[in-house]
Amino acid sequence: MNKWTRRTVLATGGLVGGGLALGVAGIAFAPNRLRVTPDGREGTPQLTTWVKIGADNTVSVVVPHCEMGTGVHTALAMMCAEELEADWNQVRIEEAPGTDDYANGYLVRVFVPPVASVPKYMERGIDFWTFKLTEMMDLQVTGGSSAVRGTGHLGMRVAGAAAKAMLIEAAANQWKVPAAECTAKLSRVTHGGSGRSLTYGELAPQAALLTPPVHPALKPRDEYTIVGRATPRIDIPSKVNGSAIYGVDVTLPQMLYATIAASPVHGAKLVSVDTAPAEALPGVKKVVKLDNAVAVVADGYWRALKGVRALAPKFEDTGMGSETSDTIYSAIGAAIDKEKGDKVVASGKGANALQGAAQVVAAEYRVPFLAHATMEPMNATARIADGRCEVWTGVQDPLGARKVAAEAAGLKPEQVTIHNQQLGGGFGRRLPGVMDFVDQAVRIARQTAPAPVKLIWSREEDIQHDFYRPAVVGRYQAALAENGVPQAWVAKFNIKDDAARLPYAIEHQDIRAVAAPTHVRLGAWRSVAHTQHGFFTESFVDELAHAAGKDPLQYRRDLLSHAPRHLAVLDKAAEMAGWSTPAAAGRARGIALVESFGSIVAEVAEVEIVEGRVKVHRVCAAVDCGDVINPDTATAQVEGGIIFGLSAALFNEVTIDAGRVAQTNFHDLPMPKLADAPSISVEFIRSGATLGGLGEPGVPPVAPAIANAVFALTGKRVRSLPVRV
Amino acid sequence: MQITLDVNGESRTAEVDEDTPLLWVLRENFGLTGTKFGCGVAACGACTVHVNGTAVRSCSVPASSMQGMAIRTIEGLAPKEQPHPLQAAWIAHQVPQCGYCQSGMIMAAAALIARNPQPSDAEISAEVTNICRCGTYERVRRAIHSVAQVEKEGGAP
Repeated sequence: MNKWTRRTVLATGGLVGGGLALGVAGIAFAPNRLRVTPDGREGTPQLTTWVKIGADNTVSVVVPHCEMGTGVHTALAMMCAEELEADWNQVRIEEAPGTDDYANGYLVRVFVPPVASVPKYMERGIDFWTFKLTEMMDLQVTGGSSAVRGTGHLGMRVAGAAAKAMLIEAAANQWKVPAAECTAKLSRVTHGGSGRSLTYGELAPQAALLTPPVHPALKPRDEYTIVGRATPRIDIPSKVNGSAIYGVDVTLPQMLYATIAASPVHGAKLVSVDTAPAEALPGVKKVVKLDNAVAVVADGYWRALKGVRALAPKFEDTGMGSETSDTIYSAIGAAIDKEKGDKVVASGKGANALQGAAQVVAAEYRVPFLAHATMEPMNATARIADGRCEVWTGVQDPLGARKVAAEAAGLKPEQVTIHNQQLGGGFGRRLPGVMDFVDQAVRIARQTAPAPVKLIWSREEDIQHDFYRPAVVGRYQAALAENGVPQAWVAKFNIKDDAARLPYAIEHQDIRAVAAPTHVRLGAWRSVAHTQHGFFTESFVDELAHAAGKDPLQYRRDLLSHAPRHLAVLDKAAEMAGWSTPAAAGRARGIALVESFGSIVAEVAEVEIVEGRVKVHRVCAAVDCGDVINPDTATAQVEGGIIFGLSAALFNEVTIDAGRVAQTNFHDLPMPKLADAPSISVEFIRSGATLGGLGEPGVPPVAPAIANAVFALTGKRVRSLPVRV
Repeated sequence: MQITLDVNGESRTAEVDEDTPLLWVLRENFGLTGTKFGCGVAACGACTVHVNGTAVRSCSVPASSMQGMAIRTIEGLAPKEQPHPLQAAWIAHQVPQCGYCQSGMIMAAAALIARNPQPSDAEISAEVTNICRCGTYERVRRAIHSVAQVEKEGGAP
């Protein structure tokens, strides 16, 4: 039996219960394959789930992740091709279909204890703490900065190595020589003694009949020829000439268009709507009432939009219509006052260690709700016909989308096909659990069937109906000894998350989280809770350094003698920024260090106040993510993360007024632009440690580095974001 | 109403409302989906096209007012076999990430360098005001300068 089904995984000792060992599970898992016969595309034998080799000697790597601009398709194919000894010029990439066979449970294993816990946003509709292997088997998620370190490291490399071993074995069988005498290189197997050689394409049909090895030998790092070299991304050429197709670009015969208005106060249901004003407009086909929204279907987006704008839907009064950002912050503050909170970290004497300290420092920080605002607004195209449902969209979890669509269509998941497209940005907005646009499109399509319908949200709808980064308030206290060294760290905030753990050696800790529910929809925003906690922790440690009269870099260094990797990135970032020399007149620098998603990042920001606003001139980032697969893409991810962090630090704030999101479009939710972009330098420390993620870790240090720089410049401490001076 | 537009050198007709923005006519009537919808209020630039050589945010101009003008979209910026120097620079500098804003970004930059082949940093910042959520700005700037540099040295693009 060559197919690793869910049942065989569960039956394999050591994978359930307490034995979710990372390496073993990954390796046992990787050389699975769907079938040993050609996969339906004639002449394309499938050697493992992730590798197909054509008669023309092309290698197709099947990647179970979406491409949202992180270069993950290219990076994963590089990892597979490296072990496969494939000729990179003949490597193609296919995005895996959204079917169970291509679930990417690997990536979740990155989070399995004791490595780390499974983050909340990775699971779908089940209780976090009862997360089980069975649930992770039907994920096909791209998130958590996990593709390379999970799927790539545990899956793609092994799949490539297994396929290579099978090709060599096939050649050896044909030549009746020992496999050990054969070598593979550039998509060709050669027998050393006789000089005979065959291409992978020639060998693939026989190789596909062999049993994949469970523990194929992997190449040592110093023999890599593809991984570690800057490789042009395969998706880029189509993105410079307009030919790349995103969800919103999908066009089908007889397709109708829809747009939608959901209840402005989240959670309110539609009570009534007079449909006549929309129905009277030219081109409008139908007004569709949904549980909490009204949609207009027309022969074009513009006419659908005019239709929606002509309506005055009535939504129920949920009692939330008087909520504001202030009432929400007050409720969080009250919860922090009243509740003991759930323990995140407790060590030493905890909060008792504040008593009798030489100096106690206290501060309260807060950060607002934030929208993802992907450049491609939410959209999905759905067609219900002949007992089946098809959906074209761009999501971070096609398997999750299939479930959502099946439920909305009243069909079984097997009756649903998801055609996943490129994503015009993800950042967490297209993760499982937040695919309301897929649900809506399918429900609208039920009423237009058999005609397909493309639902496109307006930007206003996108900004007002996001799943927002939570607004968080954090209250901090620390006890310093006579020499300024922190003895105790006491923190309380809303939204429980391990991101509040400190890298610093502080003996007595008491870190707690309280619950402060809100009606506002919440989700994962690029780097998740690290964005809030990176700002809180790194601002407060900076405050302690100043209270102790020490240099903020040296103060951190003194607390990290147990953590050489952290020290190395701090030192590297400081060196890049010229920390030891004064900044130019009118400028100052700030530093911050955050470990997230397995990577350690230190950033130094250099700022100036120009016309009453903070201008960030330069950001230097030092990154230890273990190793780097595609160096230029890796750099781009950190550059992008810094701009994303800049948006939170200086620009973005979603506020609540009269129960609803007050912002509507980019005029009142401004984004950084070219003029605001600092010069960015990125350097990697290749420590050889376990691979860390890169999609997110560049984000968290930005805001505290800027805020700390603002303090160094103005003497005024920044305790809320976005920074206002 | 029926309108006739000159798009990428071709005369094309469409039946639209008088107020239908050019963006939707390009995308839905003509199938030119390289021009993107980002905000609908001319704030993000994803829908940037050239009208008589000038960068215009097509989401906020009625198509009916564009008759008789030369409209160019990303698909018509250069022949496929001979990409525009900016398109080549965009690949050389690996500029796009998700890529969604990049059609508009390239069209804005192309309009700028057509008028001002050696733009300064300040001129680039002032003229290319498109939003990119992936944060490709520094590479955008680098790619524009690289094209300007080639022009300056008189080399082939």
